[in-house]
Amino acid sequence: MQIPLSWYLIVAAALFCIGLYGALSRRNAVGVLMGVELMLNSVNINLLAFWRQVEAASGTLAGQVFAIIVITVAAAEAAVGLALIISVYRSRKSVDVEDIDLMKL
Amino acid sequence: MREFFFNLVWLLPLFPLASFAIIVLWTNRNRLLSTWVAWIGIGLSWILGWTIFILTWRNIIGLTPPTGGYQVNLYSIPTGTTQLQLGFHVDTLTGLMLFMVPFVCLMIFIYSKGYMNYGTDEVDSRYSRFFAQISLFACGMIGLVVSDNFVTLFIFWELMGLCSYLLIGFWFDKSYDDPKRITPKEAGLKAFLTTRVGDVIMLSGLLLLYSQTGTMSFREIFSEETLHQLANTYAFGNMSWATLTALLIFGGAVGKSAQFPLHVWLPDAMEGPTPVSALIHAATMVSAGVYLVARSFPLFVAVEGGAQLTVVALIGSFTALFASTIALAQNDIKRVLAYSTISQLGYMFAALGLGAYVAAVFHLITHAFFKALLFMGSGSVIHGVEHGHHHAHGEGDEAGGEFDANDMLNMGGLLRRMPRTGWTFIIGALALTGIFPWAGFWSKDEILADAWLGFLHGGAFGVSGSLAFAVWLLLTLAAILTAFYTGRQVFLTFAGKPRTEAAKHVPESTGSMTWPLIILALFTTFLGLFGLPWTNRVFELVGQAAKIMGEPLEHAGFVLTVALISLGAAGTGWLGAWLIYGRKPLTVPVDPLERALGPVYTLLKNKYYFDELYRAIIVRPAIWFAGVCARFDRKVVDGIVNAVGAFGRWLSSWLRNAIDNPIIDGAVNGVGQITGWLGEFMRATQTGKVQNYLLVAAVTVVLLLALFLVRG
Amino acid sequence: MSLLQIVFIVLSAITLIGALGVVTNRNLFRCALFLVLSFVGVAGLYVLLEAEFLAVVQILVYVGAISILIIFAIMLSQRLMSPEFRASNEQWIWALVAAVALFAILAFILLRVSWPTISAPAPENAISALGQALVSPNQYLLVFEVASVLLVVALIGAVIIARER
Repeated sequence: MQIPLSWYLIVAAALFCIGLYGALSRRNAVGVLMGVELMLNSVNINLLAFWRQVEAASGTLAGQVFAIIVITVAAAEAAVGLALIISVYRSRKSVDVEDIDLMKL
Repeated sequence: MREFFFNLVWLLPLFPLASFAIIVLWTNRNRLLSTWVAWIGIGLSWILGWTIFILTWRNIIGLTPPTGGYQVNLYSIPTGTTQLQLGFHVDTLTGLMLFMVPFVCLMIFIYSKGYMNYGTDEVDSRYSRFFAQISLFACGMIGLVVSDNFVTLFIFWELMGLCSYLLIGFWFDKSYDDPKRITPKEAGLKAFLTTRVGDVIMLSGLLLLYSQTGTMSFREIFSEETLHQLANTYAFGNMSWATLTALLIFGGAVGKSAQFPLHVWLPDAMEGPTPVSALIHAATMVSAGVYLVARSFPLFVAVEGGAQLTVVALIGSFTALFASTIALAQNDIKRVLAYSTISQLGYMFAALGLGAYVAAVFHLITHAFFKALLFMGSGSVIHGVEHGHHHAHGEGDEAGGEFDANDMLNMGGLLRRMPRTGWTFIIGALALTGIFPWAGFWSKDEILADAWLGFLHGGAFGVSGSLAFAVWLLLTLAAILTAFYTGRQVFLTFAGKPRTEAAKHVPESTGSMTWPLIILALFTTFLGLFGLPWTNRVFELVGQAAKIMGEPLEHAGFVLTVALISLGAAGTGWLGAWLIYGRKPLTVPVDPLERALGPVYTLLKNKYYFDELYRAIIVRPAIWFAGVCARFDRKVVDGIVNAVGAFGRWLSSWLRNAIDNPIIDGAVNGVGQITGWLGEFMRATQTGKVQNYLLVAAVTVVLLLALFLVRG
Repeated sequence: MSLLQIVFIVLSAITLIGALGVVTNRNLFRCALFLVLSFVGVAGLYVLLEAEFLAVVQILVYVGAISILIIFAIMLSQRLMSPEFRASNEQWIWALVAAVALFAILAFILLRVSWPTISAPAPENAISALGQALVSPNQYLLVFEVASVLLVVALIGAVIIARER
């Protein structure tokens, strides 16, 4: 192959780590959600990379189907998450994640 | 049949003891019931006592002291390798005592009902307690006479001492304005302490006796071998064990029978109710001393011409004279009788000292009857005078200080007003002074006869020779004085005209009081028949078969000279009394003798100042020493105890501060604190922020991966 | 370096730069836009991986729907963030460390491992085959149906949660 698998994987890993950093360090709830979306995208890249390089020859499409499902789930999760954020904003007038600490001891 | 009743002898002290228990526990509030319980208790003892006496009377074989007698063994106390046998026994001496003791007690119990004002408004508030205590006392006396060993004898001896204290101080809340007059409470204490001195001496004697013989039983101690051994082994110097122990035992008798020098308690014991005086200080307890010496007589005669009998005789006869001199100057009707008792007890001890064992016992019996009669009569008189005082002056009339109902100078002319009391009293007086044919004549005369014979021929035992003459002289002089003061008493009380308002209104006493007087008067009159010198039944009972140290007792017959001299002595006394007090009875309450004798009279009235002497020599130093000990106890002993306590407190405080608080509490608190700190520490992880948790997870994953990577 | 590789590098750069922009920008709206950029880059990568359908789906769903959704949520939930607010929370340094460490480790592993690749040409008619695969009972029908149920549930849930009370 002209583009080695490891390149794709490294890109995916980098994207994942960036998304992880975002999820861990953003103060805004929406920002956290955006980090999560990045992570999911990286997973998709991984899946498709493996499919193309390993599986495509045998004709099965498991990689692609899996990636479709991931996209579906990501959409659903984004919808619900954003609905939650809106609801939290309505009751607390803030989407600062730092403020949502009712489970604190 | 004899055995059957003799086996029941242990019941004799038990009946009145049961009365005591029943009254104390159950019938205390019910006076009638208490009275009957006490009467039944003593009554049963009387019936059983007379039964046993009659059985011993009829057949004296094997029952004579010192080693005869029917034994009822009750307890065996193991003492090392031997056994101490305790029990009761019946012999003729016991039987004779059983004739007198329960019967006189019964008379006095009956008398007490009236004396304690049963059924009237003035009934004594502690009526039932009185009957309980005299029942307990009766148990003590009866137990004493049926004991067969020194241990139970001593137990009952002390029991009587206790009851004497309780009964003398029966009216313990009575006090007098005059600080010189002794209160009943003090009198009881004085009696107890004085007899205690005697008891300690006696106890030491008993213990020495036990250490030498290894037994306490009469039968074994008074056996010939034991007596030989005691007489021939020496304690120290040339005083044999027999002499030493006999003297010590006599010490106890001196205390209990109020002989000189331990006589001081008996007159003050008159502060108790009159039945108590009659019972304890006339008939029974004081004669316990005489009984003791009589019972231990073999010990006294074990040494030929030994010191013990001399001491006994001398003390006895000296006391007889000494007490009768004091009686001359006493105005209290009961105190005259008290000194008379001391004097008559002196007669008995003198008789024992002479070796006239039988005479002493006989006099003991007769004295019990007429002295009880006299005391009860005086009680009846006092009762009547108190009534008269209330009647004449109304209740609560304290004008002119306290009215002493006992003072004979306040009486006079009572014979007309109280005939039964008066005539029975006179009978008793005649017996006391030894007038023929009353009982006192025979018993007193026998003692004097023995003294005279001892002087003439020398007795087999006991005092003889010139010493016997001295005894005879002292006793005869005492007889003169006895008659004099008794006559004085009779004339002052019963003759002439009443000297005070109170005396004018004296009523005769109730039947419960007068019937015992009458019965005792009868006995007094006819008791003499027992001991007539020609057919001396008493001698047969106790003396004839007795073999002391292998020699039979001698029997003094009738000595006309002595009898006439003693009658003369008595007559002289009565004559003197009549001359001063009877011919022209006193109209004013002043005793002419006072003026006649002058300072001598004062000396006699103050009892030769013996009380003051004892107080200075004994009482004050004792109290001082007690104070020293108390101060020592407070300062030193308490100081030490308090110091220990303070040290304990200091120690515990130090422990608390140095160890408990820092270390132990520190450890416990430390655990708590660590937990708290740990919790605080851990709390930091529970931020409630999801991102923190996620970070932790991410870091953990990274670390695990790194780990896997490194480990391969 | 072949043309394909250069294209790959460019597309990767777009993706990663977009991602970095998402996580560092203070202005949230700009983050959303960077997110869109990143998604587009990812779609390009999909094309490189000969999963054209997926690339289009990526654009349609992610860029067209999710990003719009995010932007709507941003609009609805705040005044635009003011510059004084910090965009990062207190633990950002640790997150950075963790992320970097993770990347380091992953990169290390990925480069070491020899991947069992098979080079073969891409299948023909991948799209129709994908369509067939999604609805045929012995392939991925169940998964497909479950995913649709999930979407319905999420739809209903989101509506209920975000409802005005």
